[in-house]
Amino acid sequence: MTRALAIALGLLLAGTGTAGAERLVTSISRHQVLVSSSFTGTSIVLFGTIEPDSPTARRRSDYDLAVTVSGPSETVVTRRKERVLGIWTNTDSRTFVNVPGYLAVLTSQRIEAITNAETLRRLQIGLANAVLPQQIGADIGDVASDDPFRVNFIRLKREQGLYVERTNGVTLLTPTVFRAGIPLPAGTPVGNYDVDIKIFSGGVLVARANSAFELVKVGFEQFVASAAREHGLLYGIATAMMAIFTGWLASIVFRRD
Amino acid sequence: MQLYLPIAELPVDVFLVLAMGLAVGFISGMFGIGGGFLMTPLLIFIGISPAVAVASVSSHIAASSCSGAISYWRRRSIDFPLALMLLAGGILGTAVGVWLFTVLRTLGQLDLTIGLSYLILLTAVGALMIYESVRAIVRAQQGKPAAPRRAGSHTWLHKLPLKMRFKRSKIYVSAIPVWLIGFVIGFVGAIMGIAGGFLLVPMLIYFLRVPTATVIGTSMVLTLITMASATVMHSATNHLVDAVLSLMLMVGGVVGAQFGARAGQNMRGERLRLLLGLLVLGVGLRFAYQLVVRPDDLYSIRQVIGT
Repeated sequence: MTRALAIALGLLLAGTGTAGAERLVTSISRHQVLVSSSFTGTSIVLFGTIEPDSPTARRRSDYDLAVTVSGPSETVVTRRKERVLGIWTNTDSRTFVNVPGYLAVLTSQRIEAITNAETLRRLQIGLANAVLPQQIGADIGDVASDDPFRVNFIRLKREQGLYVERTNGVTLLTPTVFRAGIPLPAGTPVGNYDVDIKIFSGGVLVARANSAFELVKVGFEQFVASAAREHGLLYGIATAMMAIFTGWLASIVFRRD
Repeated sequence: MQLYLPIAELPVDVFLVLAMGLAVGFISGMFGIGGGFLMTPLLIFIGISPAVAVASVSSHIAASSCSGAISYWRRRSIDFPLALMLLAGGILGTAVGVWLFTVLRTLGQLDLTIGLSYLILLTAVGALMIYESVRAIVRAQQGKPAAPRRAGSHTWLHKLPLKMRFKRSKIYVSAIPVWLIGFVIGFVGAIMGIAGGFLLVPMLIYFLRVPTATVIGTSMVLTLITMASATVMHSATNHLVDAVLSLMLMVGGVVGAQFGARAGQNMRGERLRLLLGLLVLGVGLRFAYQLVVRPDDLYSIRQVIGT
């Protein structure tokens, strides 16, 4: 009896979980985005098809998609100004620890319409549901989604184009073929990016897949960046010498007598 | 034309950055100041992070002050002993300033302190310079002897011991006020992240009565030494100097500084002081406005580097 119940429960969980009857096949237009001196931002495209796991499986057509792209993590201080002695100055601040430097949530329709609020929060779909841990005293933890520092942090990141939420970000070309454009603005941080694709049907997660790409500096940009990081002192002396040389050159070129 | 900066990690318009370097370089060459207090906010305005802006501006100031210093050196208007004495006080002042910076940061009062000191310094120095130079100009127009340099008048500064003769500047003063001025510049520079040329020039003119001719060249040598070492220190500790950005700023800066130095030498001392006073007061008032008026955005974000 207990055993039968466990099996039944197991089947039920499997039905509502990720192990659905669908298979997700995705392809990304570029796995490596090269940042050279002419880089002014770009966008890459994610394509995918939703296939039934077995030919006999029932074909659904009411799919909703949510694609989450998260970039290299960084630590950011958010400050708030207040009036002290008639002067506006930064008084309070919160430190966001290891939050994505880039975060894009692309969906095929309104986020709330995809599934219930509890599932959205559990699967971290949407900027409001993203985990953005803050330093709270000695601990690190996330706060309520309406926390003013959290809300304004997301707003400022959105203004920079580094946090994106697009409810028309995923286009279903046919009921089972989709396309999503991932915008990468000029200030996108260099590093590794994870792409997480979730497919829902009738509010239930039916398939999930992952992909990745990276943003790398190449050529001269790479040379300067690694020189600055690995040989800081030499790099500094070289820059100072360059300054003195440029100054001297100008005084020769513009010499009047 | 857009160019991607390797350290700042964003593209900038090459011609815009060159023009900014040229304009600030002109002002720098004309008044013998570094111009960091103008350039750093400009770079932050075009989207470069404050840490990278401060670090990269130091090399730009080194280049334009080097270019300016050489042309003043050819005209024999640099007082090297004076520059060395100021530097000696400056090193001590920087050390004390860095110490106070850390103390204030642990107390959490750093932003307010920096804001208020910027405001008070800029407006006070600017207003005093305008007042003095307007009086000198009026006196000159009334045909009275325009000689604020009272050879015989001795203030308490001249009663101090350790007197030194600075031949180039034609002054004979105690080394103590020279060290003190150097100390104040180093101290203020460390706390506010500026070279302090806009403070040094008026201090040398009004306290030590150094003639305007040698003040600018001497200030430039001092700026060159402090900013070249700041470039090396920023690179070695924070790795935030963007050499590509620096080079663009330098090219604009050195050309601007050459024209600025020429314009400055063709101008009467009191007029030059009036212009510098107006510039300093203008930046001060702009800063006051920013502090007093409710900002558009109460929140700001800044990435923590090196964690």
